[in-house]
Amino acid sequence: MDSFRSNCCCTRRCLQIDVTAPITRVFLTLKVENAGTSEVSEVLVAFPPTEAEHLAILKASVAEGKRKKKTYVPLSVNPSGSPDAPNDAQLYSVSLRSPLKSGEATTVEVLYVLTHLLEPFPAEISQSEPQLVYYRDSATLLSPYQIVEQITSIKTPSNKVESFTRVDPTSRVGSELRYGPYHDHGPYSYSPVIVHFENNNPFAVVEELVREIEISHWGSLQIRDHYKLKHAGARHKGVFSRHLLIKLPPRVHSVYYRDEIGNISSSHLHIDSQKSELEIEPRYPLFGGWKATFTIGYGLPLQDFLFESHDGRRYLNFSFGCPLIETMVDDLTVKVILPEGSRNPTAAVPFPVDQHLEMTYSYLDVVGRTTVVLQKRNVVPEHNIPFQVYYDFNPIFMFAEPLMLISAVFLFFVACIAYVHVDLSIGKSS
Amino acid sequence: MAASSETKGEGTLRKAFGGVLGFFILLLIGALAFSIRLFSVIKYESVIHEFDPYFNYRVTQFLTKNGIYDFWNWFDDRTWYPLGRVIGGTVYPGLTLTAGSIWWLLNNLNIPLSVETVCVFTAPIFSANASWATYLLTKEVKGTGAGLTAAALLAMVPSYISRSVAGSYDNEAVAIFALIFTFYLYTKTLNTGSLFYATLNALSYFYMVCSWGGYTFIINLIPMHVLLCIVTGRYSPRLYIAYAPLVVLGTLLASLVPVVGFNAVMTSEHFASFLVFIIIHVVALVYYIKGILSPKMFKVAVTLVVTIGIAVCCAVLAILIALVASSPTKGWSGRSLSLLDPTYASKYIPIIASVSEHQPPTWPSYFMDINVLAFLVPAGIVACFLPLSDASSFMVLYITTSVYFSGVMVRLMLVLAPAACIMSGIALSEAFDVFTRSIKLQLPKLFESPPGSGDIDSAQDEVVKVDNKAATDKSETAPKERPSKKNRKKEKEIVETTIKRPLKAKRLLVLPLEASAVAILLLIILGAFYVVHCVWAAAEAYSAPSIVLTSHSHDGLHVFDDFREAYAWLRHNTDVDDKVASWWDYGYQTTAMANRTVIVDNNTWNNTHIATVGTAMSSTEKPAWEIFNSLDVKYVLVVFGGLVGYPSDDINKFLWMVRIGGGVFPHIREPDYLRDGQYRIDAQATPTMLNCLMYKLSYYRFVETDGKGFDRVRRTEIGKKHFKLTHFEEVFTTHHWMVRIYKLKPPKNRIRGKSKKSKSNSKTSPSNLKRHGNLKKNPWQ
Repeated sequence: MDSFRSNCCCTRRCLQIDVTAPITRVFLTLKVENAGTSEVSEVLVAFPPTEAEHLAILKASVAEGKRKKKTYVPLSVNPSGSPDAPNDAQLYSVSLRSPLKSGEATTVEVLYVLTHLLEPFPAEISQSEPQLVYYRDSATLLSPYQIVEQITSIKTPSNKVESFTRVDPTSRVGSELRYGPYHDHGPYSYSPVIVHFENNNPFAVVEELVREIEISHWGSLQIRDHYKLKHAGARHKGVFSRHLLIKLPPRVHSVYYRDEIGNISSSHLHIDSQKSELEIEPRYPLFGGWKATFTIGYGLPLQDFLFESHDGRRYLNFSFGCPLIETMVDDLTVKVILPEGSRNPTAAVPFPVDQHLEMTYSYLDVVGRTTVVLQKRNVVPEHNIPFQVYYDFNPIFMFAEPLMLISAVFLFFVACIAYVHVDLSIGKSS
Repeated sequence: MAASSETKGEGTLRKAFGGVLGFFILLLIGALAFSIRLFSVIKYESVIHEFDPYFNYRVTQFLTKNGIYDFWNWFDDRTWYPLGRVIGGTVYPGLTLTAGSIWWLLNNLNIPLSVETVCVFTAPIFSANASWATYLLTKEVKGTGAGLTAAALLAMVPSYISRSVAGSYDNEAVAIFALIFTFYLYTKTLNTGSLFYATLNALSYFYMVCSWGGYTFIINLIPMHVLLCIVTGRYSPRLYIAYAPLVVLGTLLASLVPVVGFNAVMTSEHFASFLVFIIIHVVALVYYIKGILSPKMFKVAVTLVVTIGIAVCCAVLAILIALVASSPTKGWSGRSLSLLDPTYASKYIPIIASVSEHQPPTWPSYFMDINVLAFLVPAGIVACFLPLSDASSFMVLYITTSVYFSGVMVRLMLVLAPAACIMSGIALSEAFDVFTRSIKLQLPKLFESPPGSGDIDSAQDEVVKVDNKAATDKSETAPKERPSKKNRKKEKEIVETTIKRPLKAKRLLVLPLEASAVAILLLIILGAFYVVHCVWAAAEAYSAPSIVLTSHSHDGLHVFDDFREAYAWLRHNTDVDDKVASWWDYGYQTTAMANRTVIVDNNTWNNTHIATVGTAMSSTEKPAWEIFNSLDVKYVLVVFGGLVGYPSDDINKFLWMVRIGGGVFPHIREPDYLRDGQYRIDAQATPTMLNCLMYKLSYYRFVETDGKGFDRVRRTEIGKKHFKLTHFEEVFTTHHWMVRIYKLKPPKNRIRGKSKKSKSNSKTSPSNLKRHGNLKKNPWQ
């Protein structure tokens, strides 16, 4: 590995950091050149431990084709196991499509999303004051490679920047801060910067979201989303945007919006053929630091989401992630409750998640319903992509419960008939 | 109504048909009783209503979560801080156990209904049960027809609906069923003399004791009836079997309920039953001796027994009086005393008097709650005397006593409602019986007299044929009946020829045909009015859950969900151990919905504690802060209706706070808050009023809403508009300002500033003052 690292170097790196929303998005363009002698098949990206903790998603792609026919081909990204990075820096390796021969160069586009990087300061403010936040980063990219030239630009939501660290050359144009270009920085160089700027965006954070997706082969899909919402901004910050928008699939029905003490009467549902939008307000306005919990449930037609694959297995195709628009989720749990009697469930999710199986007991179940539980931390809107759960199901199980009810009623009547016709009295009546 | 066909039909087929019809009518009555109570769910939502149901809901949640043993031993530290409350020993567990078992059963069948859903629908389910129990009871008194009518009336009587709509999860919902069912089993035992029913009766009484404090009504009414029977010479072994096991088993079972315990033998409410228990034994002995002795010997024995009996009675009475005198409450609880003396509560216990449902009812509330039944009841009483049986004399006694009790307290209208339904059911059924029979007997005559109406005749023949098929043994008398019926005399003869017809039919009147037809029409219209009124009452008057309010304005429906907004805020944004002070009305809701510790709640068991909160609310800011701080209170919650015109807010309840507070802490004087005997909050109000905490917390920043500070409930501009709070800070105000939550400012800053000042004067005094303040129970005095 050592030799390999010295083999490679970045010739140019352009880092764009977008901190307009509470979620920080970073676009990284790496131009990598193999300066060594042997072939290189992967490029390493490094993160300081604080950022690695808040890393929600990391995607890499490589541009192919000429200017106009340019297409981006996604590359696979995996955490690198090498423990030799200094100061607990986390390494991720991007596998290139074709190994880079000595002297060759390629451009890798990396997108990663970080959550909870903005820290409100001052932490407590009055209603009329604007909310100021700190953003901490490095002017130079943390990288295991020698970087020939690099530029970092930070985009703030408005022109109002209280202060920022200068690491010359540094310039500010409007809402953009530009650090660099810097030349020839060695591996793992780090120069911390702090930007203090105004950010009045609502810091809606879903601390915990549990999505229950229940499949019924009688034709409906029941979704229950349990939210724990928090305003993560400065304490006592003015009005939280009371209106939250939730994107629901089309043809949604029986929508409810409630919390543990009953229905919440402030919501509007707009349905059209393409999509449904549910506009909700929390029970009370969320000021900075305030929390609220609520549940949104709805039904969907099964044929839109359940399909049969070529090998006869059934699979559910549903969107992962939080339906709340532009919101991050700290802890997301998706529970897919398969119908009673289904076997061999497997989940196909395009990014790493923790998964296990459990049993759920619902209406008149005897053996219970197999439930696929998927868990993921730091979920951002980029995770709203479809995932699949495959399972085997014999349709005969659909009739188990109706037959059970029929036989129970039948037995009841038989018992009644028996009772009427049998004389149970001890004494002899004439 | 359907019974008229049944009583006349002799054929088994007809009887079976009547039975099936009756069964389906009962089923429909049950469905009606259940569904008429669902207006609240349809118009609002499936949610627990009002105040007490929230407590019951919370107890049920605890029961389902922790099991029955933890429930019995539950010491609740979330309420009456710092005293706490022993829930398991102070609550009537019937309702909770019922709903808990329903939930347990459903969950064991893997029907995942939430505890809330089960609680919401418990009351409607038990209303259906209650209407079936009414059928059974009335059937024992006056037969199936009256039973069905009474059940139908009870299914929708507004008085009962008011306590049993879906979501009204209160003791009364199941207790009324238990009450009627106990009465049914009592009359059933009276009629049959079966020990089986007597045992069931004791069990049903046990369920009633579990469910509601109103069980004392049963344990006094039944002895009264037994006494009545004995006095009027109607003693029979059946009466003995109906009564003696009930007292023995019932008392034993009742003392198993922790909240009753030894009260079942120690308090005056139960003494009547023991006295009658002795009397019935004496009477039974007399009857027994009378049976085995010759009349001559009996006379001797009577003189002997009377002398001994009087001596024994005197001794027992002396013991009873001694027991009563030695028991701490003189044997009577405050609520019982206020039943016997309606003015007792308003004189001595302001906390009982302050509850609106403990006030005597007004005449309109009778019309509202039992509607046309009020007019039918006298007819029912008359019908009960024709003829008077043991069961019907019981009903007469029941209606008489319940009319009295309903006159004392609005809430006991609920006990009157079943009696009124049964009486009206009897009245209606008897009336229909008479009218339909009159028509039936006279119709053929009417059809035969005009000649040339052949088609009607043929129709008549068909009817006769049907009659022949159905009742073969009647075929001989039936055709003769029709032409010969000219006057009552002849009818009597025919009645005599039919063997199976009961003897009482002889005396029945036949009214003129037109009068009967019109009367039936009028009765149907009366019934229709009743139905319309009941549906209206169920839909409009009694379905509001009172935690969600709605109003119709020109731009449509407006929802006021402020209470839950505030409770949800408290639940999610305060520390789990924070204490919230509010007037006691909101205690149950705060513990159930916000899950925060409260100082006082709707179980008004400690008057001093409530008076302390009342005093704090009536004091100025600083003493109030000290009181609250000494109780570890962190948040103060007030309900304010001035912005939207919600009349039952804290300012309107404030005089009760002053009164109750002043009852314990005499430095709070009601006249200080009244200007010339009038309660006002405008510029004319007294300075005490304008500076008290309740005024300040209610009207803080109120002037910012419209610039004038116009209170829409009191319809006046407030007296003091611009002021600041020094010891409290506003932390949350709901959308319509109906609930306002304040936080006590932390004490440290204040004391530091104070001690700086006092340091210059004397160094020892602050610490002395502090210690003194700690020792004093009420630092604000």
